[in-house]
Amino acid sequence: MYKKKIVPGVVKTVLGAILMGVSWLVAAVLVPKIKKSILTPYTYGEEGFWIWAIITAIIVIGAIVLLYIGIREMVSTAQYNKKVVQSGSYVKAKERSSVAIALSNAGKGIAKFFVGIGKGIADLVTTFIHGDWKTKISYFVMGFGNITRGQVLRGLLFLLLEIVFIVYMVIPRGGGYWLSMLPSLGKVAPNPHGAYNEVLDQWVATPGDQSFRILLYGVLTIFFIIAVVYTWYVNIKQNKIAESIIRSGKKLKSGKDDLRSLVDDQFYKTLLALPTVGILLFTVMPIIFMILVAFTNYSSINDGINNGLFHWVGFENFKTMFSWDVGGVNYSATFGEILLWTLIWAVFATFTNYFLGILVAMMINKKGIHLKKVWRTILIMTIAIPQFISLLYISKMFSLNGLVNGFLIDLGIIQPADAINFLGGNNPVLARVMVILINIWIGIPYLMLIATGILMNIPADLYESAKIDGASGWKQFSKITLPYMLFITGPYLLTSFTGNMNNFNVIYLLTGGGPTNPAASGAAGNVGYTDLLITWLFKITQTGTAQDGSQYYLASVIGILVFIVVGVISLVVYSVLPSVKNEEDFQ
Amino acid sequence: MNTNETTASMKRHMGMKAASRISNTIIHIILVLISIVWLIPFICIVIQSFRVEPTSMSRYLLNHPSIQFNWGFDNYVNLWKSDFPRWYLNTFIIAIVVAVVQTIIVLCMSYTLSRFRFKMRKPMMQFMLILGMFPGMLAMIILYQVLKDIGLAGTNAIPGLILVYCASSGMGYYVSKGFFDTIPKSLDEAARVDGATRAQVLFKIILPLAKPIVIYTVLTAFMGPWGDFVFAKYVSGVTPSAYNVAVGLQSWLATDTMTNNYYTMFCAGGVVVAIPVVILFMCLQRYYVEGVTGGAVKG
Repeated sequence: MYKKKIVPGVVKTVLGAILMGVSWLVAAVLVPKIKKSILTPYTYGEEGFWIWAIITAIIVIGAIVLLYIGIREMVSTAQYNKKVVQSGSYVKAKERSSVAIALSNAGKGIAKFFVGIGKGIADLVTTFIHGDWKTKISYFVMGFGNITRGQVLRGLLFLLLEIVFIVYMVIPRGGGYWLSMLPSLGKVAPNPHGAYNEVLDQWVATPGDQSFRILLYGVLTIFFIIAVVYTWYVNIKQNKIAESIIRSGKKLKSGKDDLRSLVDDQFYKTLLALPTVGILLFTVMPIIFMILVAFTNYSSINDGINNGLFHWVGFENFKTMFSWDVGGVNYSATFGEILLWTLIWAVFATFTNYFLGILVAMMINKKGIHLKKVWRTILIMTIAIPQFISLLYISKMFSLNGLVNGFLIDLGIIQPADAINFLGGNNPVLARVMVILINIWIGIPYLMLIATGILMNIPADLYESAKIDGASGWKQFSKITLPYMLFITGPYLLTSFTGNMNNFNVIYLLTGGGPTNPAASGAAGNVGYTDLLITWLFKITQTGTAQDGSQYYLASVIGILVFIVVGVISLVVYSVLPSVKNEEDFQ
Repeated sequence: MNTNETTASMKRHMGMKAASRISNTIIHIILVLISIVWLIPFICIVIQSFRVEPTSMSRYLLNHPSIQFNWGFDNYVNLWKSDFPRWYLNTFIIAIVVAVVQTIIVLCMSYTLSRFRFKMRKPMMQFMLILGMFPGMLAMIILYQVLKDIGLAGTNAIPGLILVYCASSGMGYYVSKGFFDTIPKSLDEAARVDGATRAQVLFKIILPLAKPIVIYTVLTAFMGPWGDFVFAKYVSGVTPSAYNVAVGLQSWLATDTMTNNYYTMFCAGGVVVAIPVVILFMCLQRYYVEGVTGGAVKG
């Protein structure tokens, strides 16, 4: 009955404190600007100042509210707990903040992993001591036990894997070489001009050590070793199981049974094999590689294939990204600005589409509206036409000598000399607003579709009884429709928010990130005012200076930071959402 | 008293009717405006594709004397003579192969995650959720280098692109898993009791029921490559013969001087690209709507 609560406000307090820190960071970005705008009243970049100031204020207020709520919850819980303890009867508490639960689950998972490994090793030792000679030999010759006990197919597969593994590790430029080079990432640089070869009497290109391949194949070799070790473990476990089955007098599964079970009991293994390999090689491996790149100086100048080596640099690149002054470049400020714009963009892009989409869907679905299908079809056209066509076309429509300006000039609204460069001029606010508006044009049809489906599922008697109670249209919307929509589409909102944070196509095809931000001219990647983190990342890989080349390592650092931001937002939102249901409920 | 009440309610009723008529009229007007805004770019692109002049100069709407505006099929003829048919063929091949392979992979993945309960299931799903938070752009640099290493970049970009699109498609299982979740499990169990293997359950019972989601998956997989721009550009590099339509058409608008020479041809190309996709989409619209709504509801 009386539960002692585990203090629930802790996470909120910590989040509040972190936000406070963030606001300090933002303020630190602002301070130089404020100074600048006081000293020289009309310097560039100040028009954005008020936006940043307001955002900082919002973050500070949010942080204070969070801190306040968190501390109040902590205090009240402490008092409550005191009472409960004093009354002498308390049950072990279960109530905890959902964020804390998510974190502790992650912690438990990691702990479970290590305990599992420990148990596995203990199991290996005892199996070796108690096992028969077939099992013991299987420790060195994989599959030996299987073959001698009649499971020839399995045994041969194990054996084949062991042979392949040993051969791969031993051959020159095989696994052994890649692994041994991994710590240094290569010693002799490749030389495209080559060295003089006396036998051939000509210059021959020397491949040298190739950092790129060392890192790539080193990672792949580690993957392979892990897989082999795991298979080795499975091989021993199978011996143990086989022994106990034989001891109990039953028959072992034959190769035929194995094959049969692959389309029956273990059909999932067959189905998952191909997709998993694909994901491992083409999604996981590149991501691991790029995470590692963030700790090297891999650039197009030291590309580790043709020109030069790259090597490990530790946290140097993260330091660069967070420092105020690296060779006259303030990466920290640039990153802060782009991150803020990315968040603002994601908020606007998500919620304008969301609410306007619902609105349009409700208008089309309203009783007494004619030609419902026609309206819907017109909107859906936007989805059908490949985005790059409509986006490129629209970007040209709004360009300096595009349709819109032509139209305005013809109507006499503006003079030809005053043509407005909507997306690329030196008016960052206009470009940003335009991007958000055009995104509405793209996003509404999707939301209209989704909302139409959900609106039809809202029980009609809810509205009936609301009408009888005399609820107005707005009341019905705000008390029935909106809560229902929010509840159902909570997870969708989250994914579309994070999707918008990484919405490369819209930004890149519309503005290419422009107009250029002169305040960030020193930073790599030709930063513009509408650049999101993801387009900045891309532009860094595309543009480079003669001195540094394309700084892939900086792109990797940004990628990791994007992951952290998206991950934190998802974690927090997911733990707050009411509609993250138990997935088994559906079945 | 009774009659009074009825007249009052009738009056109220009439008032409400009038109010709803007014609001409906307003909504109709708004919908017409919305339709105009949504259609303008498409109408303009079609009109411009039939212009003879190549430039984007556009003060012709009100028939301005200084700008020429002549109708003609020149753009479509020139399109045929340019690299465009090659790009079109490239994209078409990619789209067909990807539609087949990706559908198979996505269905395998989503069916398994929906129907089987095995030890690694939850960890796998969580792992993929986390993987999805990494910007895919990050993987491009390395994938490009790897493709280059095995000779599938540049002139051979088409198989390279197909490989990459297909290989990572297992990640997009959410929507169809949600659909499979709605098919009652009792169907499987009944068949299993009758002695069907798991494979037979999938091919004989579930797949016929899953027709809408299969069509949805094929449709989205087919439409994807028509719009993919960044990665295709990355992989094909400077080899025009390996471009897909998106990269090719973008190259016509890349710089201002190009804009002046290829602008209306870009429009014509856009129309030619859009027509089959739009027709296919309109035919299969029902399934698309089902997939999108279902996917959003189940998250």
